[in-house]
Amino acid sequence: MADESKVFKIEIITPDRVFYTGEGDMIEFTTASGDIGVYKKHIPLTTVLAPGIVKIHKEGEEDILAAVHSGFAEILPEKVTLLAEIAEWPDEIDKGRAEAALKRAEERLANKTEEIDIVRAEFALRKALIRLDISK
Amino acid sequence: MASMRDIKRRKGSIQSTQQITKAMKLVSTVKLQKAKSRAEQTNPYSNYMYRTVTSMLAKSGGIDHPYLKKGDAAKKAVVVITSNRGLAGGYNSNITKLVMGSSDFSVQDAEIYAVGNKGREALERRGYNIKEDDSAIIESPSYEEAAGLCKKILEAYTKGEISEIYLAYTHFKNTVSHEPTLIKLLPVEIDEKDVEEAAASANALMNYEPSEEEALDMIIPKYVTSLFYGALVEASASENGARMQAMDSATSNAEEMISDLTLKYNRARQGSITQELTEIIAGASAIS
Repeated sequence: MADESKVFKIEIITPDRVFYTGEGDMIEFTTASGDIGVYKKHIPLTTVLAPGIVKIHKEGEEDILAAVHSGFAEILPEKVTLLAEIAEWPDEIDKGRAEAALKRAEERLANKTEEIDIVRAEFALRKALIRLDISK
Repeated sequence: MASMRDIKRRKGSIQSTQQITKAMKLVSTVKLQKAKSRAEQTNPYSNYMYRTVTSMLAKSGGIDHPYLKKGDAAKKAVVVITSNRGLAGGYNSNITKLVMGSSDFSVQDAEIYAVGNKGREALERRGYNIKEDDSAIIESPSYEEAAGLCKKILEAYTKGEISEIYLAYTHFKNTVSHEPTLIKLLPVEIDEKDVEEAAASANALMNYEPSEEEALDMIIPKYVTSLFYGALVEASASENGARMQAMDSATSNAEEMISDLTLKYNRARQGSITQELTEIIAGASAIS
């Protein structure tokens, strides 16, 4: 049984649905300034998310993994809420599509021309890499 | 009195119209169910977004940020969400009336970003400047498409081409009541009362990473997009609700006309039989 004093609420919300609600002792995710892990009683913090993998730990249970692309996180002592524009479970990811997207983004970045949006291509590349990484 | 054949033909034509309206009603009922559940699912996201932005603004009251104050440009962007198809009662005309009656902008300084053909056509006729037409979005609103359009408008805003952004859409209260609504997206305007409430809550101790300005920079566009997406989803639910109602009353009107015509037809039939009989009897009595 998980220790009550360590457990806090976790919510992941996307525009289309409430993606996940549950509890955990620790959550790891990627922010714009790097990966962070959050335990209970963290100071209140609002931070910008970068594409990455969210990992929810709970004692005695298997880790929950999900891919999250862009959004922000609101951390309160008793609750962590991720507002993500896109969130996916590993089994929802279409591997073939992600691979194709990866290839496309790599090609775009390899032969850089004036017209292409480099920031966008890089973002697509990261998204594809994360999707492939998590669906392994 | 119309002849029996005329009445019969008219009845037949109304019957086939009724079949069409009946089918359209069924289709929009199904679509309404879908759109309604979608609108309900977007609610948590936009509500949470609103709360976060409110608490940010409550804390950073005096912050000087382009998203929070009015620009100098003369032009104002107005996003008008209507439908691509008619036969939805007053759904489309209510929105255009709302846009035309607004005192916040005039025909000269409004730049219309039209989502939905019907609204675009109506406003174009009245001399509004249509800047962009993204009518395909409304068919099946997706977050990516909403974000795409929002990005365009926000770019124009940050470049200083437009000073304010308005959004006209139909708010979906429930299945039978939809309200045409006009809201101001940017600069951000939030209810004073909500700000005070947020300031009093525990969230007032919130820290921001990387910095408050950067967090605002990134969260406000998302906030606008979430409002816009919410409006799209609600508008599509309202459209189907309005169409369902319009088609329902059309079907019952047709029903009424058919029963009226049936009565007339039967009378005409009876009249002609009576006439025939009188003629026969008159003929027979003449012979005898």
